[in-house]
Amino acid sequence: MNTPHLECPVPLSYRTEITVGHGGGGKLTQELIDTIFRPAFANDALESQHDGAVMPFAKKRMAFTTDSHVVSPLFFPGGDIGSLAVNGTINDLLMCGARPLWMSAGFILEEGLSLERLDKIVKSMAKTAKESGVSIVTGDTKVVERGKGDSLYVTTAGIGIIEHNHIIGPYSIKEGDVIIVNGDIGRHGMAIMASREGLEFESTIQSDCASLLKPVEALLNSGITLHCMRDLTRGGLATTLVELAQTSKCLFTLNEASIPVTDLVRGACEILGFEPMYVANEGRFACIVPEKDADKALAVLNKVAPELNPAVIGKVGPKDRGVVYLTSIIGTERVLDRLSGEQLPRIC
Amino acid sequence: MCLAIPGKLLDISGDDPLIRSGRVSFNGIVKQVSLTCAPEAKVGDYVLVHVGVAISVIDPKEAEETFKYLKAMGDLDGLDEEQTTLRTSKPTD
Amino acid sequence: MKFVDEYRDAQVVKNLAARIAKIVTRPWTIMEICGGQTHAIVKFGLDELLPKSITLVHGPGCPVCVTPAELIDQAVELTRRPNVILCSFGDMLRVPGTGEDLLTAKARGGDVRIVYSPLDAVVLAQKNPTKEIVFFAVGFETTAPANAMAVLHAEKAGVKNFSLLVSHVLVPPAMRAILGAKDNLVEGFLAAGHVCAIMGTKQYESIAEQYKVPIVVTGFEPVDILEGILRCVIQLENHEHNVENAYSRAVKEEGNVIARTIAEQVFDEVDRNWRGLGPIPKSGWDLKEKYSHFDAPKKFELKPAAMTPVGECISGEIMRGIKKPKQCPAYGIRCTPEHPIGAPMVSSEGACAAYYRYRHLTENINQAGAA
Repeated sequence: MNTPHLECPVPLSYRTEITVGHGGGGKLTQELIDTIFRPAFANDALESQHDGAVMPFAKKRMAFTTDSHVVSPLFFPGGDIGSLAVNGTINDLLMCGARPLWMSAGFILEEGLSLERLDKIVKSMAKTAKESGVSIVTGDTKVVERGKGDSLYVTTAGIGIIEHNHIIGPYSIKEGDVIIVNGDIGRHGMAIMASREGLEFESTIQSDCASLLKPVEALLNSGITLHCMRDLTRGGLATTLVELAQTSKCLFTLNEASIPVTDLVRGACEILGFEPMYVANEGRFACIVPEKDADKALAVLNKVAPELNPAVIGKVGPKDRGVVYLTSIIGTERVLDRLSGEQLPRIC
Repeated sequence: MCLAIPGKLLDISGDDPLIRSGRVSFNGIVKQVSLTCAPEAKVGDYVLVHVGVAISVIDPKEAEETFKYLKAMGDLDGLDEEQTTLRTSKPTD
Repeated sequence: MKFVDEYRDAQVVKNLAARIAKIVTRPWTIMEICGGQTHAIVKFGLDELLPKSITLVHGPGCPVCVTPAELIDQAVELTRRPNVILCSFGDMLRVPGTGEDLLTAKARGGDVRIVYSPLDAVVLAQKNPTKEIVFFAVGFETTAPANAMAVLHAEKAGVKNFSLLVSHVLVPPAMRAILGAKDNLVEGFLAAGHVCAIMGTKQYESIAEQYKVPIVVTGFEPVDILEGILRCVIQLENHEHNVENAYSRAVKEEGNVIARTIAEQVFDEVDRNWRGLGPIPKSGWDLKEKYSHFDAPKKFELKPAAMTPVGECISGEIMRGIKKPKQCPAYGIRCTPEHPIGAPMVSSEGACAAYYRYRHLTENINQAGAA
């Protein structure tokens, strides 16, 4: 057990909040790691307590990603910044067709953050990582003064291994391919909106924050050809597909009537004047497959999670201009653009 | 102007007309809405809500009749212009 | 969604468009007055379903667009005062004043919060007794009863740390200003359905009579808008100029008497300066003397707003239907939603923003194809 030292007369066990001292790199920092981070993330690589984590690695393709997470509120219906951070990194690796294996987690903590909240978030991260077979093997902690940070920021990086020969990415997209989403859109953004002060509404919209391990694994094991996958995060389905179209230089055509949206998300969007296509998601991805594999891909996704309502939402056209055409529910056509700024609730 | 959405009135509370309000469901999303400007609204009615205030009670009969006429419009091809005079047109001078 | 989905029925929309095409015999210019209608027309491409002889132009129906830059400057000034929480509708935040917009003021450290309802701002004042809550009360007649109720709620609850920065505007004077201009092109109007839900339809009769224009009270969904256009075209073809109600499920001829009474209890008619259109007499509402203790400019001794020149923005000509956004030399080049010069490019209901968001890529593609 830790013995109290003269220069720090108040033992950690009496503290309930992060102080600037926790970021000093000295004994307080070590106590924080020993009592909160190491027990939660416990694994061999972490136990070496070295600057970086070294893991065995064979001659395979490796995927590597990083992301920062600044969501507010820290806790929202269906998740928290911890589960969001871990799933976000896991999903980025999955979108490359990689099996996610190891992660790092860097924390910037604001002076005054309650240790109880931090502990809850860290435990959530541990649970989320474990559910996808991922170990958090290295990390860092810094503390900033009160008022200089929004309670807690997390930066994660992840490594995954690619165990097959598919080249999964925008440049593999071909004319004739079919565009499929694994479920209904707009849950995460509207779940956050529902708890924002000034906009609250009674609703049971839960964020769709989730690992995409099961559906991606099922698709990779089904024998179909996967040309591309992309998770739908900030900016929504529309922004993600516009980016893919631009990168691949392919024409996408979407059918608005086929895009699945739950009644609740629809109602919330109508009240605030939002378009579901531009609302953030955290557990949804688009996959683009050759036409001959479309029915099978949809069947695979339906087997994994039919309650999400996976659907074919469009097709890929010729590789001449990378734009997205949407056919509206009344049959008229327009070109989609990225989201500009963020959607703001409107009165008009 | 304005963004006003129809929702179903679930319950009513408050005796003072100025703070009379009710819970309104928009496809399952429920918001507390002021009913001060719609005292005639009853539970089960659809009210049009703008910035948290019910500004009108939707008349389901009017809605149904107008919509029946609009839907039938597809079958009315071939009629003269005179025969498409609309119901609520006020008489000319 | 009930009373929404039926009015987005693709077949009914097609039928209405076909009927309009059958009836029209010559060109007509029709203006819709509400930003929400502009948004629906451009988003759903309703104007593209119409015969080429019908030109739809977009009026000054976006309260966010017509709020003068000087008033936004006053709002920004309030964010610099200690202890002030400025509450606003979301779409107001990106509109620039003569300098900053409210989003920039927020990034700079001002306490700017989005609220859905003015009544929520009163609750915020009750929850934060050491702060001063100011609500940026913009809107046409539809929003006035809610803003007035906020004042009455605050008065009743004895809330002293609450005030309004008022920018209310009225539709009929704007219509008269447009119709009375020498270069007016508008021959028929789609009146704003939700404004009429409050004010009724009677006040439009004298306009229809004086200027000999048909005025059809219209809703906001694709079916509603096409029905409104159809009725307007029928009147135009028959040389009629009546007020018609094509939104009878929500609008009664007498409007909402209680809502109107509440608004008139709290507000007085005043002259207003419309961004892009200039001053229009008796075209706005402001707080009555008896509620002047809720008046933010008075409470915080704000400098009276000075009228500012418009610069390159031609929003006035666009809002009067003289020009379309594409005809503005800055549109899409120096003026985009990310770098707006004027308000109609910022508010999502502004004509320029609606066109840019839903059309500019199509236009670029068509131009590239034609080249």
